[in-house]
Amino acid sequence: MGKLSIEDLAKIKEESKRKMNLRDGEYKAKINVHMGTCGIAAGARTIVDALLREIEKKDIKEIMVTTSGCAGLCSREPMATVEIKGGAPVKYADLTEAKIIKILNEHALAGKVVKEYALAVGSEKTTA
Amino acid sequence: MAKAYRIEVMACTGTGCVSNGAFEVIEAIREELKKKNLHSEVDIIATGCNGICALGPIMVVKPDNIFYKEITKKDVPYLVEEHFLKGRPVKKFMYTPPEEKEPIPLLNEINFFTKQVLVALRNRGLVDPEVIEDYIARDGYAAFAKAITEMTPEKVIQEITASGLRGRGGAGFPTGLKWQAVRRATSEEKFIICNGDEGDPGAFMDRSIVESDPHSVIEGLLIGAYATGASKAFVYIRNEYPLAVKRIEIAIEQARDRGLIGEKIFGLDFNFDIKIVRGAGAFVCGEETALIASVEGRLGEPRPRPPYPAEKGLWGRPTCINNVETWATVPVIISRGAKWFSSMGTATSKGTKVFSLVGKVNNTGLIEVPMGITLKEIIYDIGGGITDGKKFKAVQTGGPSGGCITAALLDLPIDYESLTAAGSMMGSGGMVVMDEETCMVDIARYFLSFTAYESCGKCTPCREGTAEMLKILERICNGNGQPSDLETLGTLSHAIKEGSLCGLGKTAPNPVLSTMKYFKEEYESHIYKKKCPAKTCRKLNEYVIDEKRCLSVGHGCDICKKECAYDAIIGQTKEAHRIIQEKCVKCGSCYDVCKFNAININ
Amino acid sequence: MSQEIRETAQKIIGKYSGDPTSLIAILLDYQDAFSYLPREALVEVSEAMEIPLPRVFSIATFFKAFSLKPQGKHTIHVCMGTACHVRGADKITEKFERELSIKEGDTTSDLMFSLHKVYCVGCCGLAPVVMVNEDVNAKVTLQKVPSIIKKYRK
Repeated sequence: MGKLSIEDLAKIKEESKRKMNLRDGEYKAKINVHMGTCGIAAGARTIVDALLREIEKKDIKEIMVTTSGCAGLCSREPMATVEIKGGAPVKYADLTEAKIIKILNEHALAGKVVKEYALAVGSEKTTA
Repeated sequence: MAKAYRIEVMACTGTGCVSNGAFEVIEAIREELKKKNLHSEVDIIATGCNGICALGPIMVVKPDNIFYKEITKKDVPYLVEEHFLKGRPVKKFMYTPPEEKEPIPLLNEINFFTKQVLVALRNRGLVDPEVIEDYIARDGYAAFAKAITEMTPEKVIQEITASGLRGRGGAGFPTGLKWQAVRRATSEEKFIICNGDEGDPGAFMDRSIVESDPHSVIEGLLIGAYATGASKAFVYIRNEYPLAVKRIEIAIEQARDRGLIGEKIFGLDFNFDIKIVRGAGAFVCGEETALIASVEGRLGEPRPRPPYPAEKGLWGRPTCINNVETWATVPVIISRGAKWFSSMGTATSKGTKVFSLVGKVNNTGLIEVPMGITLKEIIYDIGGGITDGKKFKAVQTGGPSGGCITAALLDLPIDYESLTAAGSMMGSGGMVVMDEETCMVDIARYFLSFTAYESCGKCTPCREGTAEMLKILERICNGNGQPSDLETLGTLSHAIKEGSLCGLGKTAPNPVLSTMKYFKEEYESHIYKKKCPAKTCRKLNEYVIDEKRCLSVGHGCDICKKECAYDAIIGQTKEAHRIIQEKCVKCGSCYDVCKFNAININ
Repeated sequence: MSQEIRETAQKIIGKYSGDPTSLIAILLDYQDAFSYLPREALVEVSEAMEIPLPRVFSIATFFKAFSLKPQGKHTIHVCMGTACHVRGADKITEKFERELSIKEGDTTSDLMFSLHKVYCVGCCGLAPVVMVNEDVNAKVTLQKVPSIIKKYRK
């Protein structure tokens, strides 16, 4: 990878933002599993494994799986955020393997929020 | 008094909504209101981000909290006519689809999130910590670019000073002043250090920041290096945090690959390197001079100050040392400005602070709140109150150096000064909530066992004094306390405070002093009545099975008998069980495993 | 055996190319490689870096990450952080002591498990927690203890 100039910074920002926003990407939905120490301790790794197994098994191409750090609410871990193109992000809490598969099939693929597992819709106010 | 409006339109002007035309829509509504002569009845207020940027522009209409999404200029006349004039909310613009009877709550309407303001935690849950592009996408490294191209080092320091940022590691020393001292010191070589030796039990702010957003720390260090004139940084991370070590390693490698670490950064005359140092398990190394000694490969013992590290630090060179949270906050101050940061907080403590909210509270986790928020808001609004509907007793802040704050002070707006005045301290941000089942004598004993274990042994008052205090506290918890013990504890406390070199010893007696001040009756109950009111001190408890309940509710399930390692429980399955007191060692296991609340503590 | 230890020690020392400030880092690597600090390895670093052996020992005994006795294959750290304490960590420690028939600080005779306390692994939101090697087990109860041990005994 090349060294960055200040102009590159802005370019990378725009590119990555587009990718993260799902607007023009090839992905239909993004599942972001929160994996800090707390999340992992509560079982986040098995959630990701189950998710990836299912995606491989069904040869799903349009879902992006990403990971991130702690979501802050340790007592409700493991948590994941699901965002579909044109929709607001939905945070799911207290996940299990079965729950994440249902969320994958019903929300990420079919666009219907799994209300009984959802914690909230939207993302946090941030300053950046 | 402010004018009362019939309707208030809260229009989001977060970045997402603005890029979708929020300002044009707001302007259009204003004009439309004037046209229809409603402008004295309907007010429109620009608000911060609602968090559902993908559906912007967004607005919430009060008092009914009608939530509109994707409003465009051409929708405005219809919306104003129908809703604001005729009082008929417009379904087709609403966010909640009408067929959903129980909509999912909005994240920012959930109390845990509502009162939080994320500065140091701005990227939590949003970026992949192992992908530098994710960080850049959220304006990462733009603050450093701004500092190095648009600001002189002096200007950077001025900005940090004006922001009022104070060290988030515990002591609260003004960050700008520290940087200034390092800037002014003359030396061929200067260093900066990121203190990630987060040793306070019950605190994990730094771990979480490094794990979820390591680049924010690196960017803070870059800005600090530019401002102070340092060219090398050391990131000291506890060995107990393997994931944090791994993530910062990856982040540094990526930053190096992209030329953000190395020589001629951005093609400018600025060189910078970072090295990771793993801690080897010693609480005292959180103290800056001890940390420096251990980075040098020496015994982690503190030394007297002055000279301060800003004058003589690592290898005798001027060294700027701040903790993880402080470094992670720096980039935002540079990009948003000192004025913005200092608009939050109290007179003496500006900005936000990250706390780890744990213990006997419903929502445990990591929170970031503006300074000046009250404990009540933190524990009841954000924390969702005490678990199992129990009664709040105290909250412990400041870890082993801090103290306990009681219910009487729940309305206290918290900042560095107010917590110290209340007999505790800000510390690094651990906040452990305690309920009626937490014994305050046991908490004092717990913290002393910690400081006695962690005392480096250099100063006799700390080494011997904490051991002696621990002995007395253990005696009290075991029912062998003597009336003179309270006085002895007080005397020892003052001797240790006066005779110790570093913060560890100077503050070690605080948990004892503050619990003796606010909960003296608990100490007295242990000493004179040989009773632990919270039923925590197991040696003072008598465990008895409620035989009726054991049989009628639990049907003699036998779980307690199987758990008892001392054969102190008798009774067959499906029969009532009984504890033979002579055999019982009071380990409390039966009480913990009984699912039917059939075991009582007398 | 002691020849093997010396060779591994030399390899580790070599990674740090004689930087005299890397003593603690070397000892941490020793601890990972051997599960303790063998005397031979300490002599090796003392000679290679010209650091007097007593100074090496003072470092080796000062920090809690180091052990002079061989550790078990799996290290169990029961977290004693404040949040874990108020949620009953001491009872969890006692349960491990009973299940493994050792005291805190000791290693089982089959060298499978070492039991230690640790002041806070920073996972307070899920207290009480027990760290086995690098895995954090959350919300541990007395009844979960045997299954945690069983999981690693294999």
